[in-house]
Amino acid sequence: MLTDTIAAISTPIGEGAIGIVRMSGSDSFKIIDQLFRAKSEKSTWEDKKFKYGYIFDEDRLIDEVMVVKMHAPNTYTRESIVEINCHGGAVPLREILRLCLKNGARLADRGEFTKRAFLNGRIDLAQAESIMDLIQSKTDRGFDIAIQQLEGNLSKKINHIRHALVQLMARVEVGIDYPEEDIEEITYQEIQNDLQRTSKILDDLLKTSRTGKIVREGLKTVIIGKPNVGKSSLMNALLKDARAIVTDIPGTTRDVIEEFLSINGIPIKLVDTAGIRETEDIVEKMGVEKSKSYFNTADLIIFMLNGSEQLTEEDHVLIDKVKGRPAIILVNKSDLEQNIEIDYIKKQFESHQIIYTSMSKDIGVEAIENAIQYMIDEGGTTSTQSEMVSNARHIALIEKSQLHVNEAIKATINRLPYDFIEVDVKEAIELLGFITGDSVSSDLMNEIFGQFCLGK
Amino acid sequence: MIRTFDAGSYDCIVVGAGHAGCEAALASARMGIETLILSINLDSIAMMPCNPSIGGTGKGHLVKEIDALGGEMGLNIDRSFLQSKMLNASKGPAVHSLRAQADKHQYHVEMKRVLENTEHLAVKQGEVIALVIENKIIKGVITQTGAHYRAKTVILATGTYLGGKIFIGEAEILSGPNGLAASYALGDSMRQEGIELRRFKTGTPARVDKRSLNFDKMEVQWGDKEYELFSFMNDSLPLDEMPCWLTYTNHHTHEVILSNLDKSGLFTGSIEGTGPRYCPSIETKILKFTDKERHQLFIEPEGRDTNEMYVQGMSTSMAEDVQLAFMRTIPGLENVEIMRPAYAIEYDCIDPQVLKLSLEFKTVEGLFSAGQFNGSSGYEEAAAQGLIAGINAALKVQNRDAFILDRSEAYIGVLIDDLITKGTDEPYRMMTSRAEYRLILRQDNADMRLTEKGYALGIVKEDRYKRFKEKMRIIDDEMNRLATTNLKMNDVNIILEAIGSSKVMQSIKIIELLKRPEIFYRHLVSIDVTRPAVLSKDIIKQIEVSLKYEGYIKKQLQQIDKFKDLEERKLPIELDYLNIENLRLEARQKLDAIKPASIGQASRISGVSPSDISVLLVYIEQMRRKKNA
Repeated sequence: MLTDTIAAISTPIGEGAIGIVRMSGSDSFKIIDQLFRAKSEKSTWEDKKFKYGYIFDEDRLIDEVMVVKMHAPNTYTRESIVEINCHGGAVPLREILRLCLKNGARLADRGEFTKRAFLNGRIDLAQAESIMDLIQSKTDRGFDIAIQQLEGNLSKKINHIRHALVQLMARVEVGIDYPEEDIEEITYQEIQNDLQRTSKILDDLLKTSRTGKIVREGLKTVIIGKPNVGKSSLMNALLKDARAIVTDIPGTTRDVIEEFLSINGIPIKLVDTAGIRETEDIVEKMGVEKSKSYFNTADLIIFMLNGSEQLTEEDHVLIDKVKGRPAIILVNKSDLEQNIEIDYIKKQFESHQIIYTSMSKDIGVEAIENAIQYMIDEGGTTSTQSEMVSNARHIALIEKSQLHVNEAIKATINRLPYDFIEVDVKEAIELLGFITGDSVSSDLMNEIFGQFCLGK
Repeated sequence: MIRTFDAGSYDCIVVGAGHAGCEAALASARMGIETLILSINLDSIAMMPCNPSIGGTGKGHLVKEIDALGGEMGLNIDRSFLQSKMLNASKGPAVHSLRAQADKHQYHVEMKRVLENTEHLAVKQGEVIALVIENKIIKGVITQTGAHYRAKTVILATGTYLGGKIFIGEAEILSGPNGLAASYALGDSMRQEGIELRRFKTGTPARVDKRSLNFDKMEVQWGDKEYELFSFMNDSLPLDEMPCWLTYTNHHTHEVILSNLDKSGLFTGSIEGTGPRYCPSIETKILKFTDKERHQLFIEPEGRDTNEMYVQGMSTSMAEDVQLAFMRTIPGLENVEIMRPAYAIEYDCIDPQVLKLSLEFKTVEGLFSAGQFNGSSGYEEAAAQGLIAGINAALKVQNRDAFILDRSEAYIGVLIDDLITKGTDEPYRMMTSRAEYRLILRQDNADMRLTEKGYALGIVKEDRYKRFKEKMRIIDDEMNRLATTNLKMNDVNIILEAIGSSKVMQSIKIIELLKRPEIFYRHLVSIDVTRPAVLSKDIIKQIEVSLKYEGYIKKQLQQIDKFKDLEERKLPIELDYLNIENLRLEARQKLDAIKPASIGQASRISGVSPSDISVLLVYIEQMRRKKNA
C-alpha cells in the first residue's frame, strides 16, 4: 500500500497541447518499460533526460511521447518517478493512464504525491496539516462516490462475478480443508468452465460497460435533424468551445463525420449524420444506412429543430424515433421569429431537456454542454474529473482481475495442484473486492460454512 | 477468603496443564526460567477430552511449527500414535497435512513424564482461585488450599474448565470437561480485576463400547503404509497400527433426531454460549442440510488399552436415551452401548482483542493467556498459543523483546494475528485457507522457517539445531550438484519417452529436468549416478517443491515483501487515537481498543479504512519530526 507505484494525470484535461502522466514508486521504471518503445533502439536512458518514442498497448499504437525517468532518491517523492509527456487531449491521457494502471500502478489518491514527499522526508512539517485535510476531504468525497457507484449496475455486476468466484473458491477450499468429508470434489473441468465463464463476463463488462466504453471510445453522441437545421454549425461551435482534439477517423464517409471533444473532462465522440430519411438514391442510401446504425447505438442524441419553421413531415418522423431515447432537444434559430408548434414539442418531450439556441448568434452552447453533463450524471455514469478517474481505477481493477482469472485458467489446463490455481483466483477476488469493499477471507469462511455440511 | 500462606516464588506460573499449559510451561522452563505448572488434577495433564487425534488440515501445520520451535506436541504424538495419514497427499505440497490417531492415555502419560523430568519446571496439583494483581502488574496466584505463589509472570490456560457447564439433553451439570472438576472462583477473581469474560460452547460425541459394535458393516480405514512423523527429530519409528472405521447415518437416524429435538440442550434455549460453525452437532447438521441423505461417521479407537471408541461426526447435546436410540439405527451400531454420552460444554473465555500479539494482557503487565481461554478451539491451536505465551513470559523475565511471528512466517502467526486483530465470535479453528501465504507456509519447510529463530530464543537445543544445520548443508550441496551436473541426451530421452515428457536436444542439467512438473527424483534413479546416498525423503521433497513451483513461490515472496513493509512500520502503544482529529470516529475507537503494533496490523482491523491508514502515517511522521526537532 505504501511502496506500491501510483499514477495520475498531472495536467488539466482538455487544455494545452501537452499532457503529463506521472508515476511514482519502485515499479514505475518496470511499468514504463512495458509500454514504451523508443524511436531509436540505440538510445539509452539517462537520469532526468527525455527519451522520444511511442506508447503501445501491446501492438496498438496509443500516442507519440517524450518520457523521462528520474531515479530515487533525488526526486519530488524520493521514489523513482516517470513522467510521460503526451498529447494533451483526454483520450491519449486516459489511455496512457489506463495502461499504467493495468500494468501494476495504482491510481494516486488526491495529494498522494505530496503525501509521499512528506512521508519520505522531502517536504517540511508545515505542509503536513494541509495533507491531512486533503486526505480527509478525499474520504468524505470518496464515501459519496462509493455509495453512488455501489448502487450502480457496475457494482451489482461485480458483486455477482465476485460471488461466483468466491463460491468456486469455497468448493476448492472445502476439498482442501475438509479432505475427508463426504463432499464431492470439484474437477479440473468444472473449475475451468467456471473460470472461463467468469473471464468472458469480465471481458464483456470491459467491452460494454458504459463507463469503460466512455473512457475508451468516448460518449457516442449523434446529432440529428433535417438538412440545414444547423447541425454542422453546432458541431463546430462545440468543438471550438471545447478547444477539442480533432481526430480523423479513417473509414468514415463524407456522410458521417466523427469528432472527439472533451466536455468537463469527459471524452465525447460526436457524430454528425447525413440524415435519416428514406431515399431511393443508392449513393445516398449508403450514408443513410450508416446514419441509422449510429442513431440506433448512440449513448446520447442531440435532436435539432428549426424554431423559425413549422414542423415538417420529416420532423415528425424524427420526433417518433427520438422519443424514449436519451436525448437533448434543441430548438435552433431562436433569434428568428418562432413558428414552431412549441407546445406540441413540449408535450412530446416531457421528460427531456429542451434548449433554445442560435448557432449563428452563438446562443446556448454552454447550456448544451451542461445538458450533456447532466445526461451523463443521470445515466449513472460519473461526471466530474475525480469521479471519472475513479472509474478508470475500476476498469484497471477489472482488467487486472481478468488477467489473474486467465492465469488461473492456464494453471487449470496445466493441471497444477488446486492450491496453486487458487492463488490467482484469490487475487482476482481481492481485486474485485477493492471495488465493492469486501475482503476475501470473511466471505470465504461464510461461504464454506454456509454451503457445506462439515464437522466432527 | 481462606487463610493464605507463602508457598514460594517462581518466574512463571502456568495455570492449567492442557495442551496450551504444557507447551507454555515447557517453553519457559526450557528457556531457563523457574516455572510452576498448576493443574486441578495431575491425572488430566495433556488430556484429550475430544477427538483422539492430532493434526489435520491447518492443524498439522501448527504441530510441525511447534516442533520446529522446540515444542513438545510433535514429539509426543510420535510417541503415542496409532496410525498416521497425510491428508491432501494428492493435492499441492502447501496443503499436505499430517494427522495421526492418538492413544489418549499414552499421550497423557508421555507428556506427564516429560513435564516431570524437565529442569526448572515444578509440577503441582492445585486449583487457582485468585490472581494477585497490584498496580496493574501480576504478582502471583492463590490456590484453593490457600497457597500463595508469587510470580513475575502468569500464563492462563484454563481451557474449558473456567465456569464449565455441561449439557446432556435436559440435564445441566456444573462440571469441567469429561466429568472433571470445573473452576468457578477464578472467573470471579478475574471479573473483579476488570477482565471481561464471555461464554463459548463446544461439544464432543459419545464414546462407545468396542464389544458392542459390528465392524463387518463398516468400512475399515487404515493409515498410510509409508507414514510420515510429526517431529523433525524423528526419521522413522515402528508402529503396530490400529484401524478406524467408517459408517453412515440414514433417514431412520434423522427421524429419531428430528422427533426428539425438544430434548436437545441446543434447541431448548438453555445453552447461551456461541458454538463453532465447523463442528456443528448432528442435530444442527440435519436441520441445516435437509437434502443430505446421510452423514458419515468415523469410529476411532481411543487407545490400545481401552475398548472405548470415539464416534466422530456425532457431536450432540441430545438426551442420553435419544443418543442411544439414534445411534442404534446406524449400520454396525445396532447393538451399541454407550460408555460416555456426548455432551455440550459451555465455558468462560476472553475476547482475545484484549491481548497484545505477545499474548500478554494489554491492561495487566506480566499476565499472559493461551488456548481455549483465548477463544480458540482445538489441541493444536491451544498448544501453539501456549508455546508463544511461554516463550514471551520467559523473554519478559529475561528483559528481552517479545517474540512475534507474523502472517508470512508461520500459521502460528496467522492464528494469533487473527485472534488479536480480528477477534472471533466463535471458537476459532485453524484452516489452511486462512493463510495468505500458504505456498510459503508449508509443513515440509517449518524447520527452515522457524528452527533458527527457536535457537536464538534458547528454546531449541543443540541436538535439534545441529540436525537442522546438517539438513541445510545437504540441501545446499545437493542444489549445487543439480545445477552443475549434466545428464547425457540419449540417457535422458529414454526416460522422458517412457513418461511421455518432451525430449531434449542436447545434454541437460538435472535441475532443468526436475523443474518439469511431471519429472521427479524417482524417475532419474537409473541415470543420476552421482546422487548422494544421504538424501532423505523430506530433503528430496523439499528440493522438488522449490524447483517445480519456483514461479509461484517467487510471486508469493514478492507479496510478502509488500506485506512486511507495512508490518515494519511500528505504532507506539501509547498513541492517543481518540484525539487524532482526521481519523474517522469508528477508526479512532477501533484503534484505541486494539492498539495495533504496526501499520500493517492496523490495516487489518475491520472499520479502519485506507485513508485512516494514510492519516496515521502522516500523523506518526509528524510526531517523529516534532520529537527530533
